[in-house]
Amino acid sequence: MGKIEWAMWANEQALASGLILLTGGIVGVAGQFRGWQFAAYAIAAGVFVCLLEYPRSKRAKGTSVERTGQYCFTVCVKSFGPLTRNYYVRAFLHAAICVPGGFMLATVLGCVCLGIASIIYLAAAIRGEHWEPIVPRKDTVRPPPADIKNPPQNPPPRPPPETRRKRVEDLEGAAYDNPIPVKD
Amino acid sequence: MANWIINNGLTAFILVVWMAINIFLFLWFYFFYDLGDEYIYTRHLLGSALAWARAPAAVLNFNCMLILLPVCRNLLSLIRGSFMCCGRTMRKQLDKNISFHKLVAYMIALMTAVHMIAHLINVEWYNNSRRGSYDELSTALSNLEDDNGDDDDDNATTYLNPIRTTDITPTYFVFTSIAGLTGVIITLALILIITSSMEVIRRSYFEVFWYTHHLFVVFFIGLVIHGTGYIVRKQWNMELHNVTFCRGRSSDWGRIPQCPVPQFKGGPAQTWWWVIGPMVLYIFERVLRFIRYTQAVTYRKIVLHPSKVLELQLIKNGFKMEVGQYVFLNCPQISQLEWHPFTMTSAPEEDFFAVHIRSAGDWTDKLIDIMQTLPEGAQGPNSCQKYFGMWHRMGVDGPFGTASEDVFDYEVSMLVGAGIGVTPFASILKSIWYKFKISNPNLRTRKVRTQDIYFYWICRETHAFEWFADLLQGLEKEMEERGMADFLTYKLYLTGWDQGHANHARIHSDKDTDVVTGLKQKTNYGRPAWDKEFEQVRKENPTSVVGTFLCGPAVLAKILGKKCAKYSDVDPRKTRFYFNKENF
Repeated sequence: MGKIEWAMWANEQALASGLILLTGGIVGVAGQFRGWQFAAYAIAAGVFVCLLEYPRSKRAKGTSVERTGQYCFTVCVKSFGPLTRNYYVRAFLHAAICVPGGFMLATVLGCVCLGIASIIYLAAAIRGEHWEPIVPRKDTVRPPPADIKNPPQNPPPRPPPETRRKRVEDLEGAAYDNPIPVKD
Repeated sequence: MANWIINNGLTAFILVVWMAINIFLFLWFYFFYDLGDEYIYTRHLLGSALAWARAPAAVLNFNCMLILLPVCRNLLSLIRGSFMCCGRTMRKQLDKNISFHKLVAYMIALMTAVHMIAHLINVEWYNNSRRGSYDELSTALSNLEDDNGDDDDDNATTYLNPIRTTDITPTYFVFTSIAGLTGVIITLALILIITSSMEVIRRSYFEVFWYTHHLFVVFFIGLVIHGTGYIVRKQWNMELHNVTFCRGRSSDWGRIPQCPVPQFKGGPAQTWWWVIGPMVLYIFERVLRFIRYTQAVTYRKIVLHPSKVLELQLIKNGFKMEVGQYVFLNCPQISQLEWHPFTMTSAPEEDFFAVHIRSAGDWTDKLIDIMQTLPEGAQGPNSCQKYFGMWHRMGVDGPFGTASEDVFDYEVSMLVGAGIGVTPFASILKSIWYKFKISNPNLRTRKVRTQDIYFYWICRETHAFEWFADLLQGLEKEMEERGMADFLTYKLYLTGWDQGHANHARIHSDKDTDVVTGLKQKTNYGRPAWDKEFEQVRKENPTSVVGTFLCGPAVLAKILGKKCAKYSDVDPRKTRFYFNKENF
């Protein structure tokens, strides 16, 4: 299992946790459950985690697949520089965010899932991974290959005009051999 | 539209039936719990949230039963074999097993979400009732004591509200009850399974997907235990206690003759009825895979082809294969637990089976390395067994059949192999060659229905497939000798050509054989113009049923699927194209 970038799985898990926190929070607030303040917090936390985790990182090896419309989020996340680039920061951030979710039933699942995502991010950070933004490729105009020649400057070498004139009395002798066989 | 019906009709029908069963189960159980008289008091505490929790539970039972079945590949092979009489269309459905598995998984995820939200509401309202936050009837119902004090049997309890004290939180209740704790654990397992099964993870790091997926064991064990807590409770002394009369008189319960104290009991766990069958089948499946693994496999020949292609010729006792089938290989020396699928490239007529393995990842690279470091003339790693013990062996599970088995069922077959996808067709073409060699009468008079085969080979460059070009050369010669040159029409397409190729081809354009492959059939450059190809097949076979087989990328599958639909005629007397796709 040498080539796994754990951050990819951590990212999926964190995004799912964000959605679960959000759902649990909405249920808690809408149902006016006891401790609904934690649910309100979970809504905010869920939205934040989703926004942070939506843009996928560029893979160190292999092709990166973007999520639909992630470019705007990439720009936002990129602007925080080392805070979002470093996975240690993310691991501890998620661990901290998930704690208040544990105080209310509706958000406890989101809390545990986010905790697991935090652990996987920690593993990713220990292995030295970091977040790279995926920027759209600017298609540079490829220079034409070197063997495309410039148009010739001089006319091709031709025999003198006397030889070139068509000799109707000796058509056979006037013809010359083609180097490349021409067939129908 | 009619063409779509021919090609996808049975699949659509099966999906409609499956969805109809889901909807039926949902509605049936919803109304059972929402209208049943024995749940009137329960509903007073929980409202519709009771029904909203029980209905998805029923759908979950059904789908958890179904989800194990499409991944029992030995069982599916068995069914496929016995369906030989029942027509191609039925067997085609078995090719789509993984798609069905995913669909059922989505339904499980959706229903889990609904079930969980409804139960969140239930627990909260039960807890509030217990604390007396609601009306008098709710408090009275929640205060009902357990009258069967000395009986240890959980189901002999008579209370309604499973929350028995007024000072606990919903979280505490969930984590101390069987249903709650198992529910949280299995939902967590489900979430981990789903996040590691996303396409991005699956395609890049199969191991993470595969090992995390084994959490399904936790899921199923938890699922069976989940319902054993007798938490959903209904009233059972309805004849003695008339609800309509007594519901407003909760303070008189037990004191007036018309209203004895209402007695409740929980229902037994039912999930195991649904899932026990598939669980047993799946255990058989894994045991069978293990038994196959332990059977001895010997190496007949190991060939290292150019461009890092390894051919392994193996012999296993009692191994019988059909054309185009695949096996799973396991090499404990590389990894104890990894099994990788490879299509067999040998024909059933041979007394061994062979696979061609191309370097495509760390497992295949290591395998090629091991084989490269063997001394010349060694009888495979088995000869070193006395030094290395059990490590140098190969496990083989299979064979498993996919669409290519059906190629001889059609009158006319179009075979399209893109890149490495040409391998199942190697098996088919070799089989044809053997059939020619073995017996004199040509293929048309045998039981095999096939009249014509069109083979399209598309690849970027032929380096990795020189072994296949050799096979085609042999076939070409054979068919010319027997005067059956029009039985097999094949076309090669090199999509990775550049100016150098084109120049080279132009210079040698009047040679008889192709410069790249040495075959009589000239190589085409670029991708095939499918409209032209389908037109040609249709013209040459105006009344036949044509089976189109593809082993290649999904994009090509879409294109070919569309062309098959476009060029098929609803009229059964005219040409009809059926599309079959290999999937790995």
